[in-house]
Amino acid sequence: MRSDQPANPSRRDFVKSTSTAGIAAGVSTQFPSTALAKSSLPDVREKAFTQQVTLTINSQKHTLEIDTRTTLLDLLREKLTLTGTKKGCDHGQCGACTVLVNGNRINACLSLAVMHDSDEIRTVEGLGTPDNLHALQDGFVEHDSYQCGYCTSGQLCSAIGMLSEARQGMPSHVTPDLIIPVALSRDEIKERMSGNLCRCGAYQNICNAIEDYAERDRETV
Amino acid sequence: MRPFNFITAESPQHALSLAAENKNAKFIAGGTNLLDLMKLEIEAPPLLVDISKTGLDKIEKREDGRIAIGTSVTNSALAADMNIRRDYPVLSRALLAGASGQLRNKATTGGNLLQRTRCPYFYDTAQACNKRLPGSGCSAKGGFSRQLAVIDVSDACIASFPSDMAVALRVLDAEIELCSLTGTRIIPIRDFYHGATTQPHIETVIRRDELITRIILPRPIGGSHFYEKVRDRASYAFALVSAAMVFLPDGSARVALGGVAPKPWRVESAEQLLTTDIDEYVRIAFSGAASTHENQFKIPLAKQILTTLINEHKEAMA
Repeated sequence: MRSDQPANPSRRDFVKSTSTAGIAAGVSTQFPSTALAKSSLPDVREKAFTQQVTLTINSQKHTLEIDTRTTLLDLLREKLTLTGTKKGCDHGQCGACTVLVNGNRINACLSLAVMHDSDEIRTVEGLGTPDNLHALQDGFVEHDSYQCGYCTSGQLCSAIGMLSEARQGMPSHVTPDLIIPVALSRDEIKERMSGNLCRCGAYQNICNAIEDYAERDRETV
Repeated sequence: MRPFNFITAESPQHALSLAAENKNAKFIAGGTNLLDLMKLEIEAPPLLVDISKTGLDKIEKREDGRIAIGTSVTNSALAADMNIRRDYPVLSRALLAGASGQLRNKATTGGNLLQRTRCPYFYDTAQACNKRLPGSGCSAKGGFSRQLAVIDVSDACIASFPSDMAVALRVLDAEIELCSLTGTRIIPIRDFYHGATTQPHIETVIRRDELITRIILPRPIGGSHFYEKVRDRASYAFALVSAAMVFLPDGSARVALGGVAPKPWRVESAEQLLTTDIDEYVRIAFSGAASTHENQFKIPLAKQILTTLINEHKEAMA
């Protein structure tokens, strides 16, 4: 999305430039090198293994040579600067990194990029653009479904995956009967979205946006 | 994370050959637990063998009525399978009570069986933990133990086993197919986990040269199935206590409990008491319990859950 507006510096560019200046100014406060030498930092001389991987991300094919340790999340953010997907806990506990892999939602932080060779990945950048938002993104704006916005891209991708699961008739923990197809009630949405935390507590409005979108989506199907 | 080589296996035999060449290799399918542990360097395998593309991702109904679940079938696919929903609802319910939608899409059947405890002292590498570092001690004793085990604990370890799925498999008497280059063996789930030992880092009977290939469910047992899970929040949390309970057509009942022991906890010898004397059942099922002041609530909670399920079943039958 950044490439659409090259003349308009993003918040990321701004933060990057100011933090670089901050580090330069703070050099004199660094620990003496002897203190660093005694610390138990990982041995960076350990040989890393690399492997080639080809993934289709938001309909665009990418072939990269990567360290086998690279998670799908780090590949998106650090290698391809698709920074819409957020790193929250990095341990599969918060859902901020949720992306769609072959249509299924997963936590990108708990998945190795080398395990996604030939997979189709969809991130928040593949949902809509600033000028042409996805209907669910519009809904989040309309319903005020965020404060800081850090969990939003994960909430959006998760909701798209969740609605597809519900359309396929997959039951949830709160589904009363495992055999009879169930309507997507608010309780169902809450349960199915429980893997996405929002520390601002915008849950009610997130549910409102998803509920609204699901209803409109049903009408158009 | 420490560097590791990564190879995608083409078949179970290929995976086993690769692992045979490298004693410290680990198999990976979903990776939702293993990668977490590798990030913390609690696990540091020099080689990861990816078994997710070895054709073990199918749920097959066999001619004799049994179901064979491939080791890399995801938790979501298993929970949503119509045969499972219809004939083994306790298993669907247990899976749906675990983790989140995202994790269930990635986590697999074999990995779920082998997932490690969520004891905070196992994860905190600054603490003593006999499971993580044999012989280092157990910081959980006298520490935060609300989530931990109350029965089948030892001086070495009070960790609880976190799986919901395995609790349902235990009540269903599932079997685990283990493959090695020299053959295949079938282990009933009741014999798969060690429980309390002086070596808590060895958790199952699986050998270094073996791979879980399938989980086999017996023919449908019928009856009414329940999976009740009590946790600290309404969703996306590990069990304080859970119960997989089946009321069979002949009037008998069976139950396996989660969150209370280092393995799914089932005491078959006392199960005839489930329908007649719940106090006595709980007394026998928890005899030898060694709870802490933080988790002693689990035993009365287990009794409460069982009483509730029995009453629910009675009402449904009335």
